Amino acid sequence: MSAQGRANGSPLLHMTGVVKRFPGVVALGGVDLEVRSGEVHCLLGQNGAGKSTLIKVLAGVHTPDEGHILWNGTEVTFPHPQAAMEHGIATMYQELDLVEGLTVAENIFLGHELSRFGFPRRRATQERAQELLTQLGHPGISPTTEVGGLSAANQQIVSMARALSRDVRLIIMDEPSAVLDSAEVDQLFDVVRELTSAGVAVVYISHRLDEIREIGDRVTVLKDGATVATGLDAKSTPTAELITLMTGRSIEYVFPTREAPDTAATPLLSVEDLGRDGEFHDVSFDVRPGEIVGIAGLVGAGRSEVLETIFGARRAERGRVRVGGTVVPPGSVAKAVAAGIGLAPEERKSQALVLEHSVGDNISLASLPAFSRAGWIDRGAERASSESYASSLEVRPRGVDREMRTLSGGNQQKIVLARWLQRGSRVLLLDEPTRGVDVGARSEIYTLIRTLSEDGCAVVVVSSEIPEVLGLADRVLVMADGAVLHQGPAAELDEHRVLDIILRGEAA
Amino acid sequence: MSNELTSPENEVTGHDVAPADAPAVSAPGTAGLAGFLGSGLGRNLGLIIALLLLCAVGFATAGDRFASADNVLTILRLGSVIGVVSIGMTFVICGGGIDLSVGAIVALSSVWATTLATQTMAENVHWVVMVFTAIAVGAGCGLINGVLVAYGRVAPFIATLAMLAGARGLAEIIAQRRTQIIRDRDFITFFGGDVLGIPVLVIIFVLVSVFGWVLLNRTTFGRRTLAIGGNAEAARLAGIQVRRQTAMLYILLGIACGIAAVMIMARTTTGTSTHGQLYELDAIAAVVIGGTLLSGGRGTIVGTVLGVLIFTTLTNVFTLNNLDTSTQAVAKGVIIIAAVLLQQRVAERHRSSG
Repeated sequence: MSAQGRANGSPLLHMTGVVKRFPGVVALGGVDLEVRSGEVHCLLGQNGAGKSTLIKVLAGVHTPDEGHILWNGTEVTFPHPQAAMEHGIATMYQELDLVEGLTVAENIFLGHELSRFGFPRRRATQERAQELLTQLGHPGISPTTEVGGLSAANQQIVSMARALSRDVRLIIMDEPSAVLDSAEVDQLFDVVRELTSAGVAVVYISHRLDEIREIGDRVTVLKDGATVATGLDAKSTPTAELITLMTGRSIEYVFPTREAPDTAATPLLSVEDLGRDGEFHDVSFDVRPGEIVGIAGLVGAGRSEVLETIFGARRAERGRVRVGGTVVPPGSVAKAVAAGIGLAPEERKSQALVLEHSVGDNISLASLPAFSRAGWIDRGAERASSESYASSLEVRPRGVDREMRTLSGGNQQKIVLARWLQRGSRVLLLDEPTRGVDVGARSEIYTLIRTLSEDGCAVVVVSSEIPEVLGLADRVLVMADGAVLHQGPAAELDEHRVLDIILRGEAA
Repeated sequence: MSNELTSPENEVTGHDVAPADAPAVSAPGTAGLAGFLGSGLGRNLGLIIALLLLCAVGFATAGDRFASADNVLTILRLGSVIGVVSIGMTFVICGGGIDLSVGAIVALSSVWATTLATQTMAENVHWVVMVFTAIAVGAGCGLINGVLVAYGRVAPFIATLAMLAGARGLAEIIAQRRTQIIRDRDFITFFGGDVLGIPVLVIIFVLVSVFGWVLLNRTTFGRRTLAIGGNAEAARLAGIQVRRQTAMLYILLGIACGIAAVMIMARTTTGTSTHGQLYELDAIAAVVIGGTLLSGGRGTIVGTVLGVLIFTTLTNVFTLNNLDTSTQAVAKGVIIIAAVLLQQRVAERHRSSG
């Protein structure tokens, strides 16, 4: 590893007290970050700690509300992405932002095309693209192929070539290794080392501590949108210390107390060796009536995919799902629903609700046959039933005639639950049940989930917020990279230990 | 509940939206003109006013030639054929789709139902054979459209554009570009006749409209159609078989085209590959003017019927004033844009007040 130019590098970037508010949320509440030329500076933090917002502030996508950004000692602002690029800041986003229908060369120079009198200089573009790809150790990628046909790893290379196609001083890499295998990661690191030895600074985001140890120089830890530690040595800071810094978020969780479930009961839901290529594998667990099983893990660990596969929205490639002992045919939502499974999906508004329709229509969407004879809906019965579910779940404001979109996040979530209760579902799969639900309404949702389970439902809860999983669930599965690393009673785990399992990437 | 926590200000919580005992009918947007126009009744009232204005113009410019019983029946008879297609189109659009092939399907159905072979069979059995043939051909075309869109994942625009070209081409091949005369007098007498002074064609339109209204507003079929158009993913994750439902919408519209073919056969006593020219535009325009969202999820049969009547009356008024079809086309274009712009304004106003 080349270390020259790092030791006494002056700060290239110095952010102090950066605050970014969105309606209803403070995404960044005072971030300090100092990056030197030629160093690999790692950003650590849990989902929701503010890493993505911070990147977007640096990339000129978001304009901060407060704080200062010094670039080479001069105060700067990045009112739009072009401004950040002109200062030499390039960003490789986690979701690749390449245009699939364009060629590799066209993508690399998108936005700053090599042209003469408005006509693209095709030959020069291709030659320059080829040079960049060669420099990145991938002369094999042809500049004239369409990006859509490349593998994820090669798309990553194209994305990096695009970053380098400008005169770049600082590259932000948001989880670049997530789509790469280990040989490709090694290659990526070679490129990073080459860049830093040339004096380029890299801000590197990853959830893999071993990578941070290998490639990183210094670490900044974010929690709840604020810097909790900065300038830590990436090699020598103990793992336990890093995890402690990341945990103990300030959000207060209020969970209702309850009795331990009957562990002798026959499982209502049995998941056996479930797997889908490239998503998750060998997932097995049982849920008994009255039991809540939680799945903890970071975004991208395969948790939502597991739920959607149980629900039939994705077809299981391996393994099977049983409800009450009967196998549920794979790949059919209708059959999963008929078997008594209900899903409250992660993206409530786009996946669960018809926002322009009434609350009542949204509740009864899955139960229409129950209220109809020969296709004719008994609207009185439908309405009475939906009203009774809405009021027993204390949906506010009352009534089922309002348009769905006028309800708050918490009440929208209750409508999704009401839908499955009305359908008679006994197995409830809840994906991020409190996303978009404000703090006050959260404990209401928690109480509701508890009540449902006490009424004999088998509940599976997925959440990125570890304390939520630990507080709600009786048993917890910890997932990372599509594998279940740990399964055990929630009482035996704490946030620190769960994060430790995830970050070390192995069963502890 | 922990109220002292830093609760986000703009997020509406369950606690502060309204007092728990607020009346359930205090739906947003009912206040003000925009809210009223956004509501179902208000929107239809707007269309009725537009229709009445049009009638006033017709009476002012053409006098008794417009306001005669004969002329009114002419308008209704004219509107009935495109009306039946528009009712079917309302379902496809409510479900988030579009069908450009309706005119071509009408032409193919009319040709197929009037071939020598079909007419011979009809002579031997009953003229009902012709009706069945037309409807079966329409349903078949709709099935192809539906399967392509729902199961083949072809964009509705493309799938039905191909059907538009293919069906009319097939109609030309079968008819050899000749107009096929219907020989069965009973068929003409039945569909061309009146019941209690009301033309049978108009009665068919009324029946189809009533059937459409019930289907859309009172059945699981209609509710699912709206759910798919409003949010297909949510409908899928609620256990609705989105693809089957989508395919059925195109079949339904195909059947409507078959019925329309029978009606146009009765009116013209012919089957020809030139029937139904530009029906796709007239039907989509009537549906959109009626207030059905082109993006799906919300639709009204009453609005579609009014949209059809407005369009047909407009044509009639123009014809009575000896304005040529080109002028009519320009006027129709202007009306479509005006109606859609107005609809968007109202929708936005409705949304921001909600």
